[in-house]
Amino acid sequence: MSIIVESVSKNFGEFQALDRVSLKVKDGGLVALLGPSGSGKSTLLRAISGLETVDSGKILINGQDTTNLDVRQRNIGFVFQHYALFKHLTVRQNVAFGLDIRKRPRGEVQQRVGDLLELVQLTGLGDRYPSQLSGGQRQRVALARALAVQPQVLLLDEPFGALDAKVRKELRAWLRRLHDEVHVTSVFVTHDQEEAMEVADEVVIMNHGRIEQVGTPEEIYDNPATAFVMSFIGPVNVLPGHLGLFKTLTTQETRNSNVFLRPQDIEILEQPHPEAIPAVVARIIHLGWEVQAELALPDEHNLTAHVSREQFKSLDLRVNQNVFIKSKFAKAFPEVEVFR
Amino acid sequence: MLDKPQLESLPLAADSQARVGVSDQYAPQIVRPSRLSWPWVVTIAYLSIMLLIPMAAMITKSMTVEPAEFWRIATEPVALSAYDVTFVTSFLAAAVNGVMGTLVAWVLVRYEFPGRKIIDAVVDLPFALPTAVAGLVLATVYSQQGWIGQLFAPFGIQMAFSRMGVFIAMVFISFPFVVRTLQPVLQEQEQEIEEAAWSLGASPLQTFVRVILPPLVPPILTGVALGFSRAVGEYGSVILIASNVPFNDLIAPVLVFQRLEQYNFEGATVVGTVLLIASLVLLLLINALQRWGRRYAN
Amino acid sequence: MPTNGINVENRATQNWGKPLLIGIALIYMAAILLVPAIAVFYEAFHRGFGPFLEAVGHREFQNAIRLTLITAAITVPLNLVFGLCAAWVIARNQFRGRTLLVSIIDLPFSISPVVVGLMLVLLYGRIGWLGPFLQSINFRVIFSLPGIVIATVIVSLPFVAREVIPVLEDMGPEQEEAARTLGAQDWQIFWRVILPHIRWGLLYGLLLTNARAMGEFGAVAVVSGNLAGRTQTLPIFVEHAYKNYQTQAAFGAAAILALLAVVTLILKEILERRTQHKRSSAH
Repeated sequence: MSIIVESVSKNFGEFQALDRVSLKVKDGGLVALLGPSGSGKSTLLRAISGLETVDSGKILINGQDTTNLDVRQRNIGFVFQHYALFKHLTVRQNVAFGLDIRKRPRGEVQQRVGDLLELVQLTGLGDRYPSQLSGGQRQRVALARALAVQPQVLLLDEPFGALDAKVRKELRAWLRRLHDEVHVTSVFVTHDQEEAMEVADEVVIMNHGRIEQVGTPEEIYDNPATAFVMSFIGPVNVLPGHLGLFKTLTTQETRNSNVFLRPQDIEILEQPHPEAIPAVVARIIHLGWEVQAELALPDEHNLTAHVSREQFKSLDLRVNQNVFIKSKFAKAFPEVEVFR
Repeated sequence: MLDKPQLESLPLAADSQARVGVSDQYAPQIVRPSRLSWPWVVTIAYLSIMLLIPMAAMITKSMTVEPAEFWRIATEPVALSAYDVTFVTSFLAAAVNGVMGTLVAWVLVRYEFPGRKIIDAVVDLPFALPTAVAGLVLATVYSQQGWIGQLFAPFGIQMAFSRMGVFIAMVFISFPFVVRTLQPVLQEQEQEIEEAAWSLGASPLQTFVRVILPPLVPPILTGVALGFSRAVGEYGSVILIASNVPFNDLIAPVLVFQRLEQYNFEGATVVGTVLLIASLVLLLLINALQRWGRRYAN
Repeated sequence: MPTNGINVENRATQNWGKPLLIGIALIYMAAILLVPAIAVFYEAFHRGFGPFLEAVGHREFQNAIRLTLITAAITVPLNLVFGLCAAWVIARNQFRGRTLLVSIIDLPFSISPVVVGLMLVLLYGRIGWLGPFLQSINFRVIFSLPGIVIATVIVSLPFVAREVIPVLEDMGPEQEEAARTLGAQDWQIFWRVILPHIRWGLLYGLLLTNARAMGEFGAVAVVSGNLAGRTQTLPIFVEHAYKNYQTQAAFGAAAILALLAVVTLILKEILERRTQHKRSSAH
């Protein structure tokens, strides 16, 4: 079931949460809405669900205009950040809730609840209350509850936000596998770029109520459309373009642009090279799996580079050592905004 | 320090200390049995002098009454009538406040309106206003000529100096309990669970009955039980608003008082013991209700 | 903000639902709380301050005020010390019977004040356990100040402990342990670490203790003997004056006690804001 969002706007008083947002999610897709807090990603999700009304624009689910439909009539599944489980009901009763509301026959309800508990690997915990479950288990109950009514689309608001790091990682991989099994069109909200990249087919990056870029994780990483996207997807070094540090970039860029380059994309050389510039090693930090080198450029700008342990050993890097650096990948963006 | 001589006179306290120190390894602070900390001594001595010894005095006094005699006094017609007035009226008052207190708590938590903060503060008036004052002013306001009583007088309804008056006094003093036990639970209830119910297709009525209300039942019942317990023991406001006539509107605590005035210690003790047992049973009930309410909390 | 998502039908329900529910709540509270509260002051002052001052000027009235103040002045410090000790014992120790101890402290809220008075009569009275002994040393408890104080202490006993226990539990033992590692003595820990932390909860408990101590009627009525000018507290005076058709005097005393209640509620509101403010700034 596809989702189409057409030029949707939403204000909360003075605050513009969504500014003419348009988006297409294809049938069976798994899409991440990624952005910092206040970027409008949760509002967009709630607008798709019908929990939030929109000021203008249209929302179509499976080709049907649902803009003025109540959340109850949209047949969506919603997973809340803090699960919103009904504490007075058992796991089984929570999962059965939507089916009971729809007055499905008892046998069918029991069958479906049993299937879902198996799907989310909670068979045997059906008679527990939510307070007797761990965070990850609660999240899976919330998912089963949302899936029970066979929704057209599944919407998840920061589904792993309240979990600790280890459980979060496990559940991510699990959600990916679950989606490959169930194939329901899914949209989830996250502020964690790693999570978005790992789980989603397609990532939608939002900022200030607008969509900055839509693409596969690879597209977004390899070809960030805006300075915001580049700086939001992992750490970057930002240097003023007028320095002309990188000869590969000077042809395309103006003096007013900023050059963005990722620490992983910096190559450190011992010998001069036509495309490299000189630098001095200011500080070395061992991160375990790789080594971070802080480099001082001639004009008092600093740069962070990550090198693998092998490279570090073969280069035999030391503080105050003179080296030459070369970028494997860099992008220039005309904005002068400072991020984060 | 002061604690040395008291330590010797209170071996019981010292024993319990020793057990704490040894048996409970999860104690946040393990009390060393060698040094008896004086907060323990004060707590146990004070409770013994103020509460336990007086209770023991009453229980032993009631045990000096022959069981058959006890039963006869406890079930005299005047006593039965007093229980009837006390417990039935208290129950009605607590039940009315169960409904109205829920409504007031809902309004205070869910709605924003001018004067909400003042109304919220006024809820505690029955806790702050001395009961004698409450009885005096309720008797005045609800009398035939009173501000509210005169509204009912034309219909032949006598409010003060009747069972109705007892009811009004009990409604007054048991009012805050439901509001105050329910308010925090309502405040903590996440809006998200309502949205979850809507997203699963539940109507507003279904959402209220199946999702919002069930977690509120334990605190509402706890509040009703607390209010009932308070109303059963109430004396000050009732004595002023009721006519205190046996077989009409005489409540059990007033019966105890009247018997004491007549130096009928046996009669007073028996009815007092019945009341004491009732309050202990209610205390257990309230504890059970609170445990039930906590079951759903995280 | 989330209520924006409610559909049209639901919004319509809210449109008439909200004012209706607020209206019912206000009418109910007006009938049982507000109108009576206003009536106290109206009855006391509607003929001006003259009759009120005349009533207040009577010797019996002044004695009642004095006895009420004395009773509160003895009761509040006693229950303060007990409340702090009990709160510390309960909040800082895990032991078998902890729940039982909490229930015992709560007992005075469950037991009828008349039964409390009765217990004291059966312990200290002429026919009581200690009656013969007290008579032999010529010390009167019942129908005298000690009885009134003991009765008042019992009915107001739980307040301080109840208010302080949650604050102490919330605080946790770490700060005390930190102070101990820094070499602080027990009393230094109490004054410098515990007391600053629990002060608002403690004040709240004291406020409630004082309100109950000054306003207690049932338990005091049983043990006071109701001797005008000698063993009458203010609430007893109210009842006595009312039963003797001295309505003006009764309402004069009632107005003073009601004023006490109003002050209590205002202070309570202030204290609650303090604690809420503290809580929100702590997050």
